[in-house]
Amino acid sequence: MLATLQPPRTFSRFPLYLTSRPVTLCTLAAQSPPSTSPPTQPPHSQILSIRHSLLTRQVTAARLAESHISRLRLTEPHLKSFLHVSDSDAVLRQAALLDQRIANGEEVGPLAGVVVGVKDNICTADMPSTGGSRVLEGYRPAYDATAVRKIKELGGIVVGKTNLDEFGMGSTTEASAFQVTANPWDVSRVPGGSSGGSAAAVSARQCVVSLGSDTGGSVRQPASFCGVVGLKPTYGRVSRFGLMAYASSLDVIGCFGSSVTDTGILLHAISGHDRLDATSSKREVPDFASQFASINLLESKPLKGLRVGVIRETLDEGVDTGVISAIRGAASHLEELGCSITEISLPSFSLGLPAYYILASSESSSNLSRYDGVRYGNQAVADELNSLYGDSRAKGFGPEVKMRILMGTYGLSAGYYDAYYKRAQQVRTIIRKSFKTALDENDILISPAAPSAAYKIGEKIDDPLAMYAGDIMTVNVNLAGLPALVLPCGFVEGGTAGLPVGLQMIGAAFDEEKLLKVGHIFEQTLQNCRFVPPLIEDDTACMSFLITFPTSSALFAELHFFHLMNALPLLATYPEGILSLSRCLHAYPKSLLKAFGFLWAAPLVPCPFLSCLPGS
Amino acid sequence: MMASTIFRSIQNHPLLLYPTALFRRKNGVFYCTMKSTEAQTATQEKQKPQIKNPPRTQTKTSDKFSKDYEAVIGIETHVQLNTLTKAFCGCPYNYGSPPNTSVCPICMGLPGALPVLNSKVIELAVKVGLALNSKLSLNSKFDRKQYFYPDLPKGYQISQFDIPIASGGYIDLDLPVEFGGGHRRFGITRVHMEEDAGKLLHSENESYSQEITASPLPKYCTTFYCIELYSSLLSRIYIVVFTFNQVDLNRAGVPLLEIVSEPDMRTGIEAAEYAAELQRLVRYLGVSNGNMQEGSLRCDVNVSIRPIGQAQFGTKVEIKNLNSFSSVSRAIDFEISRQVLLHSQGQGDQITQETRLWEEGAQKTVTMRKKEGLADYRYFPEPDLPGVILTKEYVNSIRDSLPELPEVKRRRYEKMGLSMQDILFLANDVNVAEFFDATIAKGADVKLAANWIMGDIAAYMKNEKLTINEIKLIPQELAELIASIKGGTISGKIGKEILFELLAKGGTVKGLIKEKDLVQIVDPVEIEKIVDKVLSENPKQLEQYRGGKTKLQGYFAGQVMKLSKGKANPGLLNKILLEKLNAQS
Repeated sequence: MLATLQPPRTFSRFPLYLTSRPVTLCTLAAQSPPSTSPPTQPPHSQILSIRHSLLTRQVTAARLAESHISRLRLTEPHLKSFLHVSDSDAVLRQAALLDQRIANGEEVGPLAGVVVGVKDNICTADMPSTGGSRVLEGYRPAYDATAVRKIKELGGIVVGKTNLDEFGMGSTTEASAFQVTANPWDVSRVPGGSSGGSAAAVSARQCVVSLGSDTGGSVRQPASFCGVVGLKPTYGRVSRFGLMAYASSLDVIGCFGSSVTDTGILLHAISGHDRLDATSSKREVPDFASQFASINLLESKPLKGLRVGVIRETLDEGVDTGVISAIRGAASHLEELGCSITEISLPSFSLGLPAYYILASSESSSNLSRYDGVRYGNQAVADELNSLYGDSRAKGFGPEVKMRILMGTYGLSAGYYDAYYKRAQQVRTIIRKSFKTALDENDILISPAAPSAAYKIGEKIDDPLAMYAGDIMTVNVNLAGLPALVLPCGFVEGGTAGLPVGLQMIGAAFDEEKLLKVGHIFEQTLQNCRFVPPLIEDDTACMSFLITFPTSSALFAELHFFHLMNALPLLATYPEGILSLSRCLHAYPKSLLKAFGFLWAAPLVPCPFLSCLPGS
Repeated sequence: MMASTIFRSIQNHPLLLYPTALFRRKNGVFYCTMKSTEAQTATQEKQKPQIKNPPRTQTKTSDKFSKDYEAVIGIETHVQLNTLTKAFCGCPYNYGSPPNTSVCPICMGLPGALPVLNSKVIELAVKVGLALNSKLSLNSKFDRKQYFYPDLPKGYQISQFDIPIASGGYIDLDLPVEFGGGHRRFGITRVHMEEDAGKLLHSENESYSQEITASPLPKYCTTFYCIELYSSLLSRIYIVVFTFNQVDLNRAGVPLLEIVSEPDMRTGIEAAEYAAELQRLVRYLGVSNGNMQEGSLRCDVNVSIRPIGQAQFGTKVEIKNLNSFSSVSRAIDFEISRQVLLHSQGQGDQITQETRLWEEGAQKTVTMRKKEGLADYRYFPEPDLPGVILTKEYVNSIRDSLPELPEVKRRRYEKMGLSMQDILFLANDVNVAEFFDATIAKGADVKLAANWIMGDIAAYMKNEKLTINEIKLIPQELAELIASIKGGTISGKIGKEILFELLAKGGTVKGLIKEKDLVQIVDPVEIEKIVDKVLSENPKQLEQYRGGKTKLQGYFAGQVMKLSKGKANPGLLNKILLEKLNAQS
């Protein structure tokens, strides 16, 4: 299986069209963007840019897809964020189909041409879905998860399945049965987990947006570690149908994007009632992005009157000082925007962690019963039924999963049920109430998304309790079923360019709209921060495509049909026409050489394009 | 005494010998291992002769003691609900479909699939709850019952644990006259909703394997089982067979109601009648076909005995594999004698809490599995399904839509003056009862209608193997027929002829009478003419009659009837005939 997940070492690093059509310096120069873009450009929506350029025929979906695939292939050996990458022909075919429709003047969905990564515990009909577990190695689902189906219907292109801790159980993505994903900010560090692959992929711009799942923080913590925007919707907002259940009463499918706008657009695409999920809400889904105001139109105090509560317990002992100061900085930034900041206390906060681990383990012990090797997945060779079960599960599950199944089985056993499961449910009720009270008094609550920035790979692998403790910031939100948005707000020292710190904003149930609105203003007004990992940061050509791609009021007019947006900040300078993809691609090795110098020092594969790079 | 002890011990692992027994397993862990098989072989060898005729021996011995003991019987019944689709997905269920042709990601327990409750299940459960006079929980929920077995795709069964949809209640029934009769009321403990499991198919048959290959579920587990190859009085040889075990998930996820009775029954007959009354009830309600052979109604029986006068229950034994009401009754009677025998021999402590299997062929129960304490199913609330909330309005609307139930019907028939035998016959089958009700609604005489239905119509149905819904006769015509006979339009004999015509071909009584010119001759003048004709045509017999051979009257009557094509009114005929015969003598 691994062979299909990772491109072989001898893969051709660049798409064929480049080899057959060498790019000259002259063509590059003609299309080169002005190199004067300010370094603190606020993030903007890649999805809107793509839509604009597709509809104005500045680029084809095929080219966009191709560029993402080649970027993905290039970065993948170092990040290992994908467990499976779609067949490029299939992706290009889908893109070509979109191009055809655009050429015919047909309408295309709001996610047209958007390359999406999907966490591997979310079922996709046309590619393997393993949940990061050996027990499902090679398993191909018969159906698309509802969220994936919606993305596909709206024109999104699923580019691959991202790595995760086995069945979402872990906080580092090290518990994947197949590979360890690296953090694009520092490849010696973990990307967080369990949706580490999805976060790393968006951070390294291997895909535009991605789907993750959040049971106890699995979207928010990796978003914080990788410096991207991560959204955990309200429980019931997004259908769980097709999400391999870990803890059914806590699981939600969440979104990753490089900007709040992208995250909001993706959430809008996947939200809503699903008749296949009895726990999905019938509430109407508001147009999340419609409230986003253009930065130019913002008043001096755009968030005036917004009551923000800082959860005192989250800035206590055990939290990195760097993280605390980043969050305090974010709080004062919110204050500058007009918010009233008060420090609030949630006395039940510390109860969340044990309650979470009991409930999640209990439910998982039940949910994972179906992986018995009888109907699908890996089956052990056994001469007798008990060994068939025992061996299939012993060989199929990793240690972390086994530990949680054991804990959960224990917690549900006769004689222990009342002391563990029932007690934890009572704690859950207390937590839900205390959040309700706090959110009656405040519009949003803020806290760090994790007690620290990304730590080293292997650092906590032998200390599960330390790893579990890292979930303290996020688990309460799952127990209360509330929505939370994590967006990068600052840095702590570490790696080559510092490590991002995420701010968690918690909102009232089904009030993602407010979180996204506040998040958008926060992100647009945050000064002196640029959350692009060093891996691609110095690549101006890439940036011209990824970061400073044009948006205009004309674009929004087009988008009105989909009610995606009323206004968006007009971004600063951008080059005329579409960027040169070839230039973009040529720039990769250069950036890679810097980012992964130590790896690149002894390249195993001669790269045919290094020779024709400008200056090399 | 020795014999019976050993007899019990060899039944400890008969599962090994009966691979089909696995089909019925609902929970627990399959414990077939090679080791225990070998261990069993030796014991089996010696004991073979002694198990030859166990039921008879037991009955004889226990009869003496049975007076001193009282049996306590409770029944768990699983009723398959006849919803169009399964409980938690959109798959239809039809008994007997080819394996795995009615499955989807949800009922196959594929990763990521979620259950969504079919609301019809609630409706049917509420109907049954109301019909059993139970208290409905307006706020119930589903729970997960967890155990591993290959026929259970998710590794847990969605069921209800601490808050069943209905609890308490009772069911009334009348015992058949031939079993002594009498009215009984048995308590109901609870009614809850759950899903059915799939079926394991064990086969080495190649043709079957091919069938499976073509089905959409290509995975199956393999295992050993052992079969008896050769047996004689002296030795038994076993062979271990490697086989494919295949899972048919058509039935997985089909909605069930589990109805648990109070331990109120005392005899096999009572238990069988309880089960029969439940079947009647679900058929009256239209919630299930209640077919025991197809497994739409399955009974697991708990039996214990105690010395008469003792309040405390004895150790209970569960019996499975009961495919008919008579097997329910016979299995219980067997089990009671077995337990009484053990008690009477002072070995009451050898009755252990276990699950025993009824063997139809051998007419005995054998150990299927011993329970080591209470199985821990680790129930917890099903997080994928919201709670089940019933409103009073909803319950009332269902209550208003309930049909007349068997007990009410029987009491009504009783008031009409029918005998209990007739009542039970008519009310036994909801369709017969409806036919009867429709007939009397058309004004037919109650007793006559009952007699026609129980007599000629029932005989016809039995001969032709038809149900009352399949015959061509409609209630209105039966009423017409009865009225025609009563009114004298046709004779009873012609009535029968018309009945069979109606049963086989349909049509109307009036039409048939007209078509075949069957109106009874009630005109004395007309009959007289025929009588005269017959008498004149048979002078010899007339002479003999008048010579004293009065037995010949029958002959003349026959001739007259023949000539009138059976239409002559028999009373008139005989009157006139006698007059004529005797007139000139």
